Amino acid sequence: MTSRGWFRYSALAAGFAFLYVPILSMIFFSFNNSRLVTVWDSANSPTLKWYGELFQNDQILRAAWLSIQIAAMTATGAVILGTVAGLVLARFGPFRGRAVLSAMTTAPLVMPEVITGLSLLLLFVAMEQLIGWPQGRGMLTITIAHITFAMAYVTVVVQSRLAGFDDSLEEAALDLGAKPAKVFFRITLPLILPAVISGWLLAFTLSWDDVVISQFVAGPGSSTLPMVIFSKVRLGVSPDINALATIMVLIVATGVVLSALYLKRQEARRVREEQLARAGD
Amino acid sequence: MANSLTAGRLNPLYVLLLRYGPPRWSNYIREHWLGQRLVIGIPFVWLLLFFVAPFLIVLKISFSEVQLAMPPYAPLFEWAAETKRLVATFNLDNYLFLLTDDLYVRTFSYSVKVAAISTLFCLLIGYPMAYAIARSSPTMRSVWLMLIILPFWTSFLLRVYAWVGLLKTDGLINQALMGVGLINEPLTLLYTDFAVYIGIVYSYLPFMILPLYANLEKHDLTLLEAAADLGAKPIKAFLTITLPLSIPGIVAGSLLVFIPAVGEYVIPSLLGSSDQLMIGRVLSDEFFSNRDWPVASSVAIAILLLLVLPIVLFQRFQNRELAGQK
Repeated sequence: MTSRGWFRYSALAAGFAFLYVPILSMIFFSFNNSRLVTVWDSANSPTLKWYGELFQNDQILRAAWLSIQIAAMTATGAVILGTVAGLVLARFGPFRGRAVLSAMTTAPLVMPEVITGLSLLLLFVAMEQLIGWPQGRGMLTITIAHITFAMAYVTVVVQSRLAGFDDSLEEAALDLGAKPAKVFFRITLPLILPAVISGWLLAFTLSWDDVVISQFVAGPGSSTLPMVIFSKVRLGVSPDINALATIMVLIVATGVVLSALYLKRQEARRVREEQLARAGD
Repeated sequence: MANSLTAGRLNPLYVLLLRYGPPRWSNYIREHWLGQRLVIGIPFVWLLLFFVAPFLIVLKISFSEVQLAMPPYAPLFEWAAETKRLVATFNLDNYLFLLTDDLYVRTFSYSVKVAAISTLFCLLIGYPMAYAIARSSPTMRSVWLMLIILPFWTSFLLRVYAWVGLLKTDGLINQALMGVGLINEPLTLLYTDFAVYIGIVYSYLPFMILPLYANLEKHDLTLLEAAADLGAKPIKAFLTITLPLSIPGIVAGSLLVFIPAVGEYVIPSLLGSSDQLMIGRVLSDEFFSNRDWPVASSVAIAILLLLVLPIVLFQRFQNRELAGQK
């Protein structure tokens, strides 16, 4: 038993070292004075100079603002479409085209990005020729492309959340004469809200992070932050990117931990309320 | 149950395996509500327009000829005014070109090789981790799972970039190895196949661990106790009980890594050598540098043909996992 315990902990330790050492080294060297990112200049470090440079870099700031806007629109669009798709797949039973819808929502999860990017660009070009919309490429086309692949993730998250609840509450409401739309907004949506929120965050992250698809469907002057980073790091390491990475990792880590704690509390409250409700019968 | 409750909150990836149950208010909806068609129609039309239609256009362009115009390909269907007929010119040259030009055959087999080897390494690293997490106490489990998910939420691009700093000639790994005196000369690590494997394993590891965990967590541990009571050594019990039971998890995780890895673009661009490109890079070079849209499209179709079997297999396994859940 002890030898197996030892094996388990070393597997986890090695695995987590592999996952986290690169991130930690990136954070560490963001405070390095030297331009040679990995050579620690102990005389003048630690320093915040790369953070200062980052906030004076107009190109990066503009790209970051564009990325935030696109990610927020993507997350909202993907949550609406993905929630509807998840609800339809989990609750509507068999209908014609169900298999097609199910396949269309799982395929984007594994589709190589170059293919999605290329095919969407060709669609936009063809549409512009045929109906004159969308005019040119930029924020709008990037957002449409991001919604399309992000909604697949939201669908899966919502669908599995719905699978965790049986539909007796919804049925009871329908039996009592509530309209389906009312049932959805008053019962289903509050129940799956945690999944909807995490779906929104997931879609935001996916969009914020995407470089390949954006590269295909972006137009001149609409470089997102990952596109700017990608073209910069292709030329080699650059210390201000380390600073940027550190900021992003900190924001994400705080966000993930906070939302995990919040959702855990919500869940505990829900369980407690259900118990109270049962006890009150 | 605990599983499906945590599913929607923390770990969007392993819920790939945990989907819907049999619906009951469906009957009600079907019989009493006309609005259902509208509701189904919203995601359906969106996906038809922005997911299916684009593939048909790619397919169409892959059969056309390159042209110096905007867009740079010849129309497939033309209205012949004299004969009053719609003339379609299907041109197989692009596909013949792919088959005869050595470059494409080589990049295709190289991409499959890289994806396969990376998948194998993901499995070798991910399986013990998933196993260890599944056998931890429930509280530790959610902590470990969150630590697995956390890197996934931070930028993929920046995590790949982090490896450039580690693998460079004057990077951390070489400094450390020379520091302890294992090597005298720095090793060439960056811009090699090795660096690409590391990059892919690193980025896709959560995709392997989560389905494996979802499978291993459901195992009935009394089977192992029974085996131990009957005198089986732990290693034998593992090989004859745990491993065979976890095959669905292994297949799902491997496909989740293998399929996107074949078309991977960012990782080989940042970490790989420029002598041997992967197919995703060739596709985008054909498109952006050579402006040869028809060849780029036929490359895309060829990748899809290569991956259609794994994708179908992935969906099949996912559905079987669902059926087993109920």
